[in-house]
Amino acid sequence: MTIHATPISHISLDGLEIAPSQVRGAMRLVPLLRRGAPGDLRLARRNYRDDLTIVATKGEMFGRDPHYVSSYAPHGMVIDWSEDGSPVVSNGAQIAKDGEQLRGCGMSLRVLSRMAKREAANRLRFLPLHLAMEGFLSLFFSGPEIAWQEFSRKFRNNGFESRWELAVSGRRIDGLEEALRVFEIHEDQVGMLVFVADEMASAFVVSHPDDYRALHETLLLDFYGELLYQYALLWNTAIPLDISVHDEKVTDLASLRAEITRVRDDWGKFHGFMASDLIGRTTISKPVYQAGPFALQRFITTLDPKIENHIGEAIVRDDGMLEYLKTFRLSGAQTRRAYLLSQLSAHEWQLDAAAEALQTTRHELVHRLERAGFGYILNPQVLAEAQTAMWKKRRVP
Amino acid sequence: MTVTSLNIPQARANQVAREDLVMFINACFACTGQREFYSSGFDQRVSIDFLHHYILGNYRLLYARTLAAGVNHFGQAQILVNLLATGRDTPPEHRAEENALIGAALRALPPHRAWNVLESLRKRGVNNRRSRAVARDYLASRSDPSFHVVKYRRQFLASAIHAHLVLPGETGVFLFEDRSKRTFQTPLLETFRQAQYSAEAIYKLPYSIAEGLAARKGLKREVFLERIAPQMTSHEKLRLQRTSERAGLDAPMLDWERLPLTRLALFILSMPWAERRQKQEQLEEALRASARHTLRAAPMRLGRVAAVLDNSYSTSGSQEKRRRPLAVAIAAHSLLQEASGTYRSFWTSPMDSPVMAAPRGQTDLATPLLDALEWKPDLVVIVSDGFENDPPRGAAEALRVFRERLDPLGKTTIVHCNPVFHSDDFTLQELSPYVPTVGLRDAEDLPTMLGFARFASGAAPLSELETYLAARAAHFLGAAPLPEEAKESEEGE
Repeated sequence: MTIHATPISHISLDGLEIAPSQVRGAMRLVPLLRRGAPGDLRLARRNYRDDLTIVATKGEMFGRDPHYVSSYAPHGMVIDWSEDGSPVVSNGAQIAKDGEQLRGCGMSLRVLSRMAKREAANRLRFLPLHLAMEGFLSLFFSGPEIAWQEFSRKFRNNGFESRWELAVSGRRIDGLEEALRVFEIHEDQVGMLVFVADEMASAFVVSHPDDYRALHETLLLDFYGELLYQYALLWNTAIPLDISVHDEKVTDLASLRAEITRVRDDWGKFHGFMASDLIGRTTISKPVYQAGPFALQRFITTLDPKIENHIGEAIVRDDGMLEYLKTFRLSGAQTRRAYLLSQLSAHEWQLDAAAEALQTTRHELVHRLERAGFGYILNPQVLAEAQTAMWKKRRVP
Repeated sequence: MTVTSLNIPQARANQVAREDLVMFINACFACTGQREFYSSGFDQRVSIDFLHHYILGNYRLLYARTLAAGVNHFGQAQILVNLLATGRDTPPEHRAEENALIGAALRALPPHRAWNVLESLRKRGVNNRRSRAVARDYLASRSDPSFHVVKYRRQFLASAIHAHLVLPGETGVFLFEDRSKRTFQTPLLETFRQAQYSAEAIYKLPYSIAEGLAARKGLKREVFLERIAPQMTSHEKLRLQRTSERAGLDAPMLDWERLPLTRLALFILSMPWAERRQKQEQLEEALRASARHTLRAAPMRLGRVAAVLDNSYSTSGSQEKRRRPLAVAIAAHSLLQEASGTYRSFWTSPMDSPVMAAPRGQTDLATPLLDALEWKPDLVVIVSDGFENDPPRGAAEALRVFRERLDPLGKTTIVHCNPVFHSDDFTLQELSPYVPTVGLRDAEDLPTMLGFARFASGAAPLSELETYLAARAAHFLGAAPLPEEAKESEEGE
C-alpha cells in the first residue's frame, strides 16, 4: 500500500470553535465545537477486556518482528468513511473477531495484527493513543548505521532493547471522573481539551457530534502522563480566571449583548493560547493509513525540553480539516529521553558532535544518557571514563 | 453564644442575623439531604446539619418560627427533632409558642415523616416530658390509630416503647402480643391478621402493606396490581403507572388535575419521548389545569412576566432526585403562565413545548436573559441551579451591568429561584449579588418565595423579617387551632 498523504506540519483547529471552559476541581475541560459536520467519517468504539494486549506491528501475528505490548488497551477505535462525502452510519464496532484472543491462568491475552488494520472496504480499526505511543517508542529504534566504538557491542548489533514508558489511566487522575460526569456536553461539540491544574493534558477531537457524545467517557479510559497524575494530586483547584464586561461600552441591551459575545470569544481565544504548545506548534508526523480523503497520521511535536511536548495521532481531511485527534503529553523525563536520542540521531550517533550541539562536554552527555536509562547502549569503558571525569570535576572547588 | 452578646454595632449584628436567617430559610426550602448533581448526599447532610445547629444555637425563636414559613418536609422534620432535643434551652417566655408550633407542624407533616421524627427521637436518645407529650398528642390527634399501627408498625412500636404511650383500643395488643393467637374486633387489625393466611384479605389492606405480603405469598404481580388498585393513594398510582403498563394492565386511573404540579412535571419527564409526543396536548392541558388548581389554593396575580429557565444537562439532578431541577423549571413555567397577564418563557436550549423538555447541553443563561430583558417585562424569574458555563459568569455580568447602568432604579424586578442547595458554602449558588436568590423545591412554593425574595435581596431589614415570620407563625397556629390535649404539653418542659 502506498500512502500519498503529505505529513502534517502542525495541528490546526481551523474550522473548530473553542468554547468557554467548564471547571471542576483542578480539571479544566474546554469544549471544541464544529457546526455542520458532514458525517462522512464516523468513529465508534470497540471494547476489549483483556489483561494484556500484544500488537504485531508488522502484521505477522506470531512473527519475529517487533511487537508492541500493553497492559492497558481498554478499547479500539473503528472508523467508517465514505469516499464521496455522503454521510455514513457508524456500525464498525459490530464485528465478532478482532485478532486472536488467548486465555489461560485466569487471564486473557489479545494478539492484534497491526496498530491500524483495514477490516472492510471502508472500515479501519486502530488502537487510540497506542498508535502514537508505539511511534514514540520506535523512534530511532534501529540505532546507528556506523558501528561507532563508543557504543556497546549489543547495541551496535541489535539496536535498542525493548523500550517502555509508563502511563496512568484516566481513572487514576484524581477528579477527572467527577469532572467528566458533571461536564455539560454542547449540542455541536466534537472535541475537548483537557487541562489538569491548568497544564495541557490532552486533546481529543472526533468528526461528528454524535460520536463525541458516545465517546465522551472514553477520555476516562485513555492514558495520561504521570506528570498529570501528580498535578491532579497536588492541586485541587484550577486557577480562577475571570473575563468581565467593559461597563463603559454598554449603553443599551444590544451593546450589552455584544459585550457578552465578546467575553465568550475571549474565553475561546484564551484557551487557544493556553494550548499553544500543542496547537500550531511544528510537528514531525508520519502518515499511517490513507482512507479515501482522510489520512491517519501520528506525530510528535518538535522536542524542546523547556516546554510541553506532545505525541498523538490525527486524521486530517485532504483539505486540511482536522477530523480526529488524540494526544498524550510527555513528562519531563520522557521528553529528555527522546530529546537525547533525537540529538544523537541528528548527529549520526557521534558523541562529540552531539555534545557540541548540546553545548556540553562528551562526558556530561554520557552522564546524561546514563541517567536517562540508556547506560546499556554505551561501551563500559566510555561510561567509566565519564564517571571518573565527573568525579574529578566535582572535587574541584 | 448569641451574636447580639458580642460587642459589635447593633446595625451590623442585625445585618448578620438577617443574612443568616435568609441563608437558613433558603436552604430549608431547597435541601432534602439527598444527592445533587454537583454534590454528594453526605456533603448535603453534613452541610445542612451544621446550618441547623448554628441557627438553633443563635436564633432559637426564629428557628422555631421557620416551621411556619412553608419550608420543605425534610427541613421541618429536622427542626422538630432539634427543638425537642434541646428543650432545656427554650426561654420560658417563648415556651408556649414553641410547643404550639411543634405540635401543629408535626400534625401537618405527612404521617411517614411524622413517625420518622418520633422514631429519630428514640435514635438520638431524646426522652423528656415534652417529647413524650408530643408523641402522645400526635397519636391522640390521629383519627384512625389502627391504620397507623398497621402501616407504620415499626416506628409506632419504637415510639410507643420510647414515649411510654398509652395505646388506644386493641393497638397495644396488636403490637405487643402474639398476633397469631387471637382475633381482633377492629376490622383493619383483623384483616391484617387474616392476610397472613389468606390471599383474599391482602386486597383489603393499604397498598404499601399488601405489597410485602403479596410478595411473601408469591402472588402474581399482574393479578395483585389489578386487584389492589382501589386501595392505592394517588401518589402510589402515579408511581406504579409504568409498572402496571409493563405488566400489561390498564394503568390505574389518575386525576391529572389533582396531582401536585411539580410531581406531574416529574411524571411527564419520566415518560418516553414517543409517548410524550403522542399525548403532548393532553399533558400540556394537564399542566395548565394543575397550575390553575395550585393557584386557587395560593392566589397570585402578576403582570408582564418573563421566565428564564435552565434546561442544561445539570438539571438532570441525581440518582436520588432524578430530573428534579428540570421538573421545577417546567412546573414554574406552567404556574407563571397561568398567573401572569402576559407571559413568555426563555429556555437555555429552546424546545417547542415544555412537555418535550430534556436536560441537555451547556448552561448559557446570558442569552435567554438578554432576550427576556429585551422583551421589557415587569418581573423576570430565573429558575436555574446557578452554575453557568457558556460563558462562565455571563449572566452574572449581564445582571450586574443591567442593574448598574441600564436599570439603576430597579424598574424590572428580577428573582433567581434555585432548586439546588449548594453544600460547599451552606447556601444556594447565587447568580449575582445584584438579584435575590431564593430556594425552590416545589414550584407550588413560588408565591411564597416571590414574597420572601425581598428579604433575600437585603431590601428589608431584620425587624421586617421577624415580623414576617411571626405573622406566618400566628397564621399557621390560627389555621390549625390547638386541640385540648396539646395544651397540657405546654406545661411540659
